[in-house]
Amino acid sequence: MLDFWRLYAKSPSAVFGLVVLIIVIILAAVASLIFPEDPFRLAGTPMSGPGENGFLLGSDTLGRDVAAGILHGAKTSLMIGLIATLAAVFIGIFMGALAGYYGGLIDDMLMRVTEIFQTIPSFVFAILLVAIMKPSIESIVIAITVVSWPGVARLVRGEFLSLKNREFVQACHTLGMGDFQIMMREILPNCLSPIIVIGSLMVATAILIESGLAFLGLGDPNIMSWGFQIGAGRTMLRSAWWVCTFPGLAILATVLAINLVGEGLNDALNPRLRDRN
Amino acid sequence: MTQELLRISNLDIALPAGADRDLAVQGLDLTLSPGETVCVVGESGSGKSLTARAVMGLLPAPHVRVSGGSIDFLGEDLTKVTDARLREIRGSEISMVFQEPMTALNPVMSIGKQIDEVFRFHGTMSSKERYENSLKLLTDVNLPDPAQIMNAYPHELSGGQRQRAMIAMALALSPKIVIADEPTTALDVTTQAQILKLIKDMQGVYNTGVLFITHDFGVVADIADRVVVMQYGKVVETGSVDKVLNNPEHPYTQALIAAVPSLQPRTARQASDKVVLDVRGLKKNFGGGKSFFGLGKPTRSVAAVRGVDLQLHRGETLGIVGESGSGKSTLARCIIRLMDNNGGDILLEGVDLAKLGRAAMREWRPKIQMVFQDPFASLNPRIKVGEIISKGPILQGVAAEEAETRTRELLSIVGLDERAFDRYPHEFSGGQRQRIGIARSLALKPEVLIADEPVSALDVSIQAQVLELLEEIRESMNLSMIFITHDLRVAAQVCDRLAVMRYGDIVETGLTADVFANPTHEYTKALLDAVPGKGWKQAADAA
Amino acid sequence: MNRTTKSLRYVLKRLAQGVPIIIAIIVLNFFLLHMAEGDAVDVLAGEAGSATPEYMAELRAKFGLDQPLPVQLAVYLKNVAVFDLGYSFRHDMPVSQLVLDRFWPTALLMVSTIILAIGFGILLGLIAATRLNTWKDSVISVFALITYATPLFWVGLMMIVVFSIHLRWFPTSGMENIAAFHEGWDRVVDIAHHLVLPTITLSLFYLALYTRLMRASMLEQYGQDYVVTARAKGLTDRRITYVHVLRNALLPVVTMAGVQVGALIGGSVIVESVFAWPGLGMLAFESLFARDLNLLLGIFLLSSILVVVVNLIVDVIYSLLDPRIEVS
Repeated sequence: MLDFWRLYAKSPSAVFGLVVLIIVIILAAVASLIFPEDPFRLAGTPMSGPGENGFLLGSDTLGRDVAAGILHGAKTSLMIGLIATLAAVFIGIFMGALAGYYGGLIDDMLMRVTEIFQTIPSFVFAILLVAIMKPSIESIVIAITVVSWPGVARLVRGEFLSLKNREFVQACHTLGMGDFQIMMREILPNCLSPIIVIGSLMVATAILIESGLAFLGLGDPNIMSWGFQIGAGRTMLRSAWWVCTFPGLAILATVLAINLVGEGLNDALNPRLRDRN
Repeated sequence: MTQELLRISNLDIALPAGADRDLAVQGLDLTLSPGETVCVVGESGSGKSLTARAVMGLLPAPHVRVSGGSIDFLGEDLTKVTDARLREIRGSEISMVFQEPMTALNPVMSIGKQIDEVFRFHGTMSSKERYENSLKLLTDVNLPDPAQIMNAYPHELSGGQRQRAMIAMALALSPKIVIADEPTTALDVTTQAQILKLIKDMQGVYNTGVLFITHDFGVVADIADRVVVMQYGKVVETGSVDKVLNNPEHPYTQALIAAVPSLQPRTARQASDKVVLDVRGLKKNFGGGKSFFGLGKPTRSVAAVRGVDLQLHRGETLGIVGESGSGKSTLARCIIRLMDNNGGDILLEGVDLAKLGRAAMREWRPKIQMVFQDPFASLNPRIKVGEIISKGPILQGVAAEEAETRTRELLSIVGLDERAFDRYPHEFSGGQRQRIGIARSLALKPEVLIADEPVSALDVSIQAQVLELLEEIRESMNLSMIFITHDLRVAAQVCDRLAVMRYGDIVETGLTADVFANPTHEYTKALLDAVPGKGWKQAADAA
Repeated sequence: MNRTTKSLRYVLKRLAQGVPIIIAIIVLNFFLLHMAEGDAVDVLAGEAGSATPEYMAELRAKFGLDQPLPVQLAVYLKNVAVFDLGYSFRHDMPVSQLVLDRFWPTALLMVSTIILAIGFGILLGLIAATRLNTWKDSVISVFALITYATPLFWVGLMMIVVFSIHLRWFPTSGMENIAAFHEGWDRVVDIAHHLVLPTITLSLFYLALYTRLMRASMLEQYGQDYVVTARAKGLTDRRITYVHVLRNALLPVVTMAGVQVGALIGGSVIVESVFAWPGLGMLAFESLFARDLNLLLGIFLLSSILVVVVNLIVDVIYSLLDPRIEVS
C-alpha cells in the first residue's frame, strides 16, 4: 500500500487531481450544512452578479443561489457517477468474464450483444432511455449504466482471454480447481488494475453524460444538478454570464480531477508504462 | 595480421540511478579483425547486448550511456563522433542483426522497401539499381522466390525467412563489421544451423568482421574464432575458441562450460515392464469452425497431433523432442486433459482419461501432474507461495494443517528456504520459481509427471541445477516422467527413451542411446546434425 | 489470392457483419417503443394526443397492435425495411422525410468536425511526441487534458459569449442567414461562417482525445524493436518518425476514430441544440420538448445506421494501412 502511494505520488498532476477531487467530495458532503435550504428556493434578488446581495457566485433569473446549486449539484454528480459506474463495472465484469473464460458460443453471443451496444450512439441512446422512462435519478443512473458497461465487458473479456491460457491457470486445472474458483480467485485479481483505471475514468464520463442530459432538460426535476443550472441559465447568456460559467467550471474541475486520478492510478498500477516518460 | 577493424578499450556503460548496479559494462576491452568472428558470451544481465548496442551508438539514451573508454573503429572513436557521422557508419560500415526478427522488422512496410531504405540513405543509386541489388541480396541469402518476398510483409514470412531478410539487409552495403545479437535464439535448431551457416558463408564472401553475441556455448563452438566471456558487466576471460572451450581458466567460464549438457546420452535404467500410461491413436485438431454467414473460406482445420501412440513405463523418463509446431506441447496438454482430444485413448492404470468428464477427471488429477515452461507465467503473482503449493492437496480434501506440513516439507525437498511459504512469487528468481512449480506438482503425490520444457527459459547454469533436482525427485519418488523439450542436449541428459515428433507425428522412438547412435529417420538425423557445438562436445566428452 | 481480391472480400465480409447489427438495432427500437408508457400507437402518434381517433385506429390496424408480439415485430420490420417510420404530427410530416431532411446539416457538421479533430489531433500529438518534455509538449498536453474534461455544451455557450456576443465575429445560431437570400458562392460562404463555432465546439473534445492518443501511440512505437533496426540502418530521425513510426502510430488512432463516431453523434445533439444548427441533433432536442418519442426513435435508428456505415469505412481504411488484416 505504501509502495503504491509512493508510485502514485511520483506524478504531481495525479496528486493535484486527488487534492481537487477531495475538495469536491468535501464540498458535496457539507452542502447541506452550508446551504441547508432547498437549492431550488428563491433566495433573494434575481440576476444578482457574483458578490452582490450576499450571493457569492450570483443568482439566476428566479433568484436561486448559484453557489448553493453548485454544492448540491456536486452531490448529485458524484453520486450518479459513482453508482452508475459501479453498476456498469459489475455488469461488465460479469459479461466479460463469462465471454472471455468460456469462449466459443457464449463468447460469440455476448460479444454480438456488446458490439450492438457499442455501435449505438451511446448519448442518443441514453437520451432515449431517459425520455422513455421519464426523467428521474433512477432512470438517469440506469441509462448511464446501460451505455457504459460494454467498455468494461470488452476489457475484462480481453484480460480473461489472455489470462486463461497462462500457465498458472492451466496449473489450477491440473489440480482440479473448479471454474468459478479459477475465475474469482485466480484470474480476476490479476485484472483488477485495468478495471480500477477504466472505472475511475468512467466516473468522469458518467458525470459528463449526466450533465449533458440535465442540460437538455432530462434531469431529475427535484434534484439540483450542474447541467440543469447551465441549461436554465443559457437564455440569459448575454446579461448573466455567471449563471452558466460557474457550474461549467465545477464540471471541468471535477472531471479533470477524476481523469488525473485515473491516469495516476494507471501509471502506479501499470509498471510496464511507468518509465516511459 | 591485417589491421584491426574495431578496438574497444576500457569501456564503461553507466546505468540510470536506481538500477541494481552502477555500471552495466565495466572496463571492457575487445578487438575484432576482418574475417574474424568474436563471440561475446554471458548469461542474462552480463552486459553483452549493451556492449553490442554501444558500438552502434544505439544505447537507450539518455538513461544508459557510455561513461568511459573508447570504441576505435578504423581510427575513429565512435564514442566521440557526431550523430551525422554515426548515421553514415550505421548500416553501411557497421550493421546489425537482431534476436527477434518479427519485432525487429517494421510490420507495415514490405521487405523490399525496408532493404531499399539502406541503399537510399547511403549513396546514390537509381531506384532500378536499388531494386536489382535488393533482389540479388535476397537471392544470396537463399530466400525462395525473392521477387515475391520483396513485396511481402514480415508477418507473411516464417521466422527463419525473416532472419534471412534481416541478414540481407545487414549485408546490403557489404559492411566491414556485422554485429549479431543472439540472431538464432528465437529459431528452431535446424533453422539455427542454416542461419549460422549463412552467416559463415557470407563472412567468407565479404571478409566481414562478425561480433556475435550469444549465451550458447554450442553456438560459440560452431562459429567463433575468439571468445570473450562476460559476467556482471566485466570480461572474465578472453582467448581463442579452442583455448576458452577446452581449457577455460576462470572459474566462471569453467562452471558455464561444465553446465552445458553433454551430448553423451545417459545409459537407460533398467526398464520396468509395467506400463503406467498408454496413449493410443491420440488426435487433436485446431480450428475448423464455420465462418460468419458463410462468407470467406471456412477456417482451416489443422491437425496438431495425428494419431500418436505412446507407452510410459513405470520409473522411466520418456523424452518427447521436436521443434516448434511439432505438436509436442499439444500432446502433453491432451494427455493431462487441459485440452480435449479429437480421438484416441489415454489409459492411465487401465482407465481411459479421455472419456472422463470434468467431475470424474477430478479424482484422477492427483495421479498425473505437470511442470510448466515459463517460471514467470506459471505462478499466480497475487498468491503466496505457500498457498500455491498447498492448494492442490486442499482441493483434494486434505486438511489445511496437513497440507501446510506437506508444503513445508516440499519446499525443503526442492531446495528452498521454509520462509518462502509466506512470500509472493515475484520475490524469487527464475530458477527458484521453477522449483516452486515443481513443488506444486509434487504436492499431490503424482504417479506421472509431465515436464513441458521445464528448463528452456533458464540460464544454462540454473538449467543444470533444475535438471538435477528433477532427477533426484524422480528417483526418490519413483515417478514416471514425460519430458518435453526442443533441446536434444537436455534430452540426452535426462531421458531413458526418446520419441521424436514432427508435424504431429512421432517419427522415431527408441532408447536415447540408440537414437543418438543410429538415428533411422531423416528428420532425426537432421535434428542431431543441427545441434550446435556438436563436434566440440563430442570431442570433449570423448577426452 | 492477390491483395485486391483479399481486400474486396474483407469489405464484403464487414458489410455482411453490419447487416445483423442493423437488424438487431431495429428490433431494439421496436422493444423501446413497447417500453414506453401506454399503447404503442400513442407513442407513434405523438404523445400530445394531437392525432385524430380515425388515424389512431388506422395506425393500430397498420401496425397490427391487436396481434401477438412476434407478428407486431414482423410488421414493424417490414415497415422499417421500406423506411416507413410513422408520422410526426408535431411537424406534420412523415418521420422518414423529416430525418432525411435534417440529415445533411448533421453530416456537414460531422465531416468538418472529423477532419478538424483528426487532422489537428494527429498533428498536435505528433508535435508533442517528437518534442517530448519541452514546453510545446507541456502546452499541448495541458490543453488536451483540459479540453478533454470540458462539457461540450458549456464550451459552446462560452464560445457564444466570447466570439458572438463580445467580439461579434460569428453568428450565435442557425446554419445560414435565411433573410439575406444568399445564392451560389455567397451562400456557401455564409454557411461556412455559421459552421465555424459549432465545428470548433464539437471537435475540441475529440481533438483532445486524438492528441492524447496520438502522443501515447507515437511514444509506444518509439519503444519498438523495429525503430532500433531503422536506426541501425543509419536512417535519419526524420525518416524514422515520419515513415516508420507514423504509420504504425496511426493505427490505434484510426481504430479510435471508428469507435468514436457514435459518441460524435451524441455530441452533435448537444452542439446542435446550443447553436440551433438545424440537423438531427436539433431535431432530437425539439422532439424531446414535444415528447415526440417516435421521431426520437427514428433519429436513433438513422444515427445507428450511420455509425455502422462509418465504421465500415473506417475498417476499410484500416485494412489499407495495416497489411496484417486478413480475410480469415
